[in-house]
Amino acid sequence: MEKNTTTINDLPAAMSPSEKQKSVGNPVSNTVPAVKATQVHKAFGDLHVLKGIDMEVMPGTVTVILGPSGSGKSTFLRLINQLETLTGGSIEVDGELIGYKHVNRAGEDVLQTLNDKEMARQREKLGMVFQRFNLFPHRTVLQNVMEAPVHVAKVPKKQAREEALKELERVGMGDRANYYPMQLSGGQQQRVAIARALAMKPKIMLFDEPTSALDPELVGEVLAVMRSLADAGMTMIVVTHEIGFAREVADQIVFMDGGVVVEHGGAEIIEHPQEPRFQDFLSHVL
Amino acid sequence: MARCSQSDGLGIPNRIHAKPVRRPGSLIAAIIVAFLVVMLVHGMVSNEKFDWPTVWKYLFNEHVLSGIGWTIILTVTSMFIAIVLAVILAVMRQSVNPVLRGVSWFWIWFFRGTPVYTQLVFWGLFSVLIPTISLGIPFTDISFWQMSTEQLNKLIAQGFLAAMIGLAFNESAYLAEIVRAGLEAVDPGQGEAAEALGMSRTLIMRRVILPQAMRIIVPPTGNEVISMLKTTSLVSAVPFSLEIQFATNAIASRIYKPIPLLIVACFWYLVITSVLMIVQSRLEKYFGKGFNEGSGAHAPADDGDEDGQSVAKNDSKVVKATFLGLNA
Repeated sequence: MEKNTTTINDLPAAMSPSEKQKSVGNPVSNTVPAVKATQVHKAFGDLHVLKGIDMEVMPGTVTVILGPSGSGKSTFLRLINQLETLTGGSIEVDGELIGYKHVNRAGEDVLQTLNDKEMARQREKLGMVFQRFNLFPHRTVLQNVMEAPVHVAKVPKKQAREEALKELERVGMGDRANYYPMQLSGGQQQRVAIARALAMKPKIMLFDEPTSALDPELVGEVLAVMRSLADAGMTMIVVTHEIGFAREVADQIVFMDGGVVVEHGGAEIIEHPQEPRFQDFLSHVL
Repeated sequence: MARCSQSDGLGIPNRIHAKPVRRPGSLIAAIIVAFLVVMLVHGMVSNEKFDWPTVWKYLFNEHVLSGIGWTIILTVTSMFIAIVLAVILAVMRQSVNPVLRGVSWFWIWFFRGTPVYTQLVFWGLFSVLIPTISLGIPFTDISFWQMSTEQLNKLIAQGFLAAMIGLAFNESAYLAEIVRAGLEAVDPGQGEAAEALGMSRTLIMRRVILPQAMRIIVPPTGNEVISMLKTTSLVSAVPFSLEIQFATNAIASRIYKPIPLLIVACFWYLVITSVLMIVQSRLEKYFGKGFNEGSGAHAPADDGDEDGQSVAKNDSKVVKATFLGLNA
């Protein structure tokens, strides 16, 4: 559990996960996992993609999900953010059931899908970063970051602008505020995308292969931003192929294959994989 | 570019100065075509049937000028209604609600499937079909407001409403398909990113999808406006008798000189079309914002609008000038 934290030693993330949990504010909320998946199943028609995933992510920790393409790791991330709907099982964020709620219909307790408003409210806790950035190309960098705070969270424009610039500074993109996304490199676009997600002040950040669409020399700058986020104590779930990042930053590693969790544990399991499938995977990517 | 090759300051020692290959074919083709054009112009000027003095006499005739006005009003109003309807139809077409989808499909099927001339005759007979319009509670005798369609018709000019609605409804069906194509061309990742930010479906449509779809919608819509301008000449079917085609035709029948008056009509249609083409290219530039501003040029955008005011305004002016230069 060694972390190469250099600058922000006074922040909770510089400590081990167990210490972090003790130190962060309200002791009651710390016993509640930030994300808790129970026997999650997902099928697209006849295609059974996820076959019973259990996972717990504690607040302030970084979970890295590894696995070959098609193992269902991106789908799992999209389920947390309700970009896909669950087929079976349940996901709780902050102790709250995602995508459904229990209602009383004629004296019977039934599950009901959420309306748009409830869904949007749940999504506000979660920030998501996509493989292909998905910045709004018709808006400048600053407008991209301000969009949701102004139009969803109803923050006054002036304040939103200041906060957006602050987020952009944080990812090192302050001097590019008036550029259009297409005038930026992939790495710069992804950093803006991270700032855009952070502007909504999410409790949990989801990263869906954030560096897979980047040229190799641009991967580092995005990972650096993610690393500093982790150091600042952000709860993160990261789907990636960057083993080095996983080894340095992750508190928890989950290896998925064929729609199931094959192996999970601390960062040390990268050095000492138990399952043959994980060993095989690592031998190909390391 | 070729002229500055010697003095570009790059100091390339073995700069190539090659003569361009000769293309005699293109020279011959140019001579032939130019000759044909001269023949055509000569014919038009020397043929007395064209009767240029009459053309000149009626070019700024007051009936002709008011005809231009009505043609433009008809084009603009019916196009405006058509665009609003088309966006609604296209969004309905993508709805999760099967009733909305079905109605949208039927509308497009009906108005694309029948000739616009037939539809215009139909709208002209609207007052025969439905003599009074009233606002009240359906299927009861309670009515808050009512008006005969004849009265309604006379509000602006005889036949104008029928002509406008006829053109608008017909056009909305075509435009709806254009809008739908535009909406479908927007990367699905855009909607997902907006959803992940907690944006509602209407907000996503309004702020993320539609503005990007506009880039694809504007060019064909420009064509539709130009086409609409000329389709207005069919409203004599209603009948509406004030637009330019009807006005010039009326003069022509009075003085027994159809050809010069047709030239007058053509002249004005061409003038308006040319103006519309300029407007169209401006709109294309506006909605291409962020897409066509040189992805390699790493330059800030000149953008002082609503959300983000320009920080680096000085450089952006320079950059914009370069872009204009590239486009020209």
